[in-house]
Amino acid sequence: MHQIINFLIRNKHFLLFAFLLMLSLVFTIQSHSYHRSKFVNSANWFTGGIYGSVTSVQDYFKLKTYNKQLLEENARLREMLKSPNEDNLDLEVLTDITSPIPSDSLRKFSYIPAKVLNNNYAKTDNFITLLGGSQDSIHKDQGVITSKGIVGIIDKTSSGYSTVLSILNSNFTTSAKLRASEHFGTMQWDGEDPNIVQVIDMQQQAPVKLGDTIETSGKSAIFPKGIPIGTVNEFELDPSKNFYTLSIKLINDMTNLGHVYVVENSYKKEIIALETQQDEE
Amino acid sequence: MKNSVSVNIARFVALMIVQIYIFNNVNLFGYINPYPYVLFLLVFPFTSNRALYIFIAFLTGLTMDMFGNSGGVHAAACLFLAYLRPVALRFSFGVSYEYNAIKLSKVSFYERFIFISIMVLIHHLVLFLLEVFNISNILYTLNKTLVTSIFTIILCLTFNILFSSRNE
Repeated sequence: MHQIINFLIRNKHFLLFAFLLMLSLVFTIQSHSYHRSKFVNSANWFTGGIYGSVTSVQDYFKLKTYNKQLLEENARLREMLKSPNEDNLDLEVLTDITSPIPSDSLRKFSYIPAKVLNNNYAKTDNFITLLGGSQDSIHKDQGVITSKGIVGIIDKTSSGYSTVLSILNSNFTTSAKLRASEHFGTMQWDGEDPNIVQVIDMQQQAPVKLGDTIETSGKSAIFPKGIPIGTVNEFELDPSKNFYTLSIKLINDMTNLGHVYVVENSYKKEIIALETQQDEE
Repeated sequence: MKNSVSVNIARFVALMIVQIYIFNNVNLFGYINPYPYVLFLLVFPFTSNRALYIFIAFLTGLTMDMFGNSGGVHAAACLFLAYLRPVALRFSFGVSYEYNAIKLSKVSFYERFIFISIMVLIHHLVLFLLEVFNISNILYTLNKTLVTSIFTIILCLTFNILFSSRNE
């Protein structure tokens, strides 16, 4: 017993080091799996508040860009109103107009505006902090988009702030398809260039061409169908010769985000319940 | 003693603010963010209680992790740095370190450079190994470690030279 205590006292620095190291490794490993980092994240009042004070200054310098983005979006929406055609208009919107049932009960996706407080893109696993949390009905697993394309998925929320798992994160995957056909693949990021993402496992029959637009497939219940992702930059068959691996140039500039929309899918619970039921059977 | 505590708290706050507001957003060449906040741990009084020092290093890293959403990678890197500092001190300043309390501002530039370089390299290596978390990307990790270390070392030396004379 005496010897054990002596041993502890002699090695107390090493033991403290080892204990704290274990703790930080646990945090690290948690952060590498989706939705697991419970304690260490920037969706709390302290870090969120500090980021908020920086952003309020930065916003003045970016007003011009934000205005331009809004004008572009307005122009695009006006264009859509003028010429309703199949490309731009979802079926849901059409039923909205023609149906006698109040539009709210039919609408599948609703959009919540939020402001970006902090945005990383230089690491392998990047996160974005948003001003807006559970009190603005932002919850985890909702999609985040801008007027130009997809941004990520809500990871953690507190009452006033939330973090987003950016598409520039090695844990991010979503289903993506060609605009021209229904062939789809899995979108992910290799951690290198913040302007280039990859789409893997796209069927070899798919008519892929350089410059083709890639958009969300709507299969994930997180993003609506047809949110643009980027254009095909390079493509090759994988070694098995069955699937294409595409490198996609993002349309959305992930290094310059100001205001984003959080997408809420009102049927998500229903879809997930149905899918889990299927799995159990 | 009280003075030393307040100086260290002030240095901690100042370096954290500079790190979070400025250096986390540098993104030089698209992927380099220097981490000069480690200077706080480098110049932390050499004679202080070692257990306290290790614990403070852990908290410093954890603060960085909270702002960066990076789990515990900075905490682990700072712990390695804190635990290995005596070794690096002995290596760069020789026996003189063991006998009397040396001050970083009183040693030659060459010794200071060696000390800061060793510490920054250890910190960045652990940091990027854990951040990339993929052994097959080892070349990318080493490249990032090396390039980022160069910038951090330059920044740390600059800050150290700029502010050390006033502290004396």
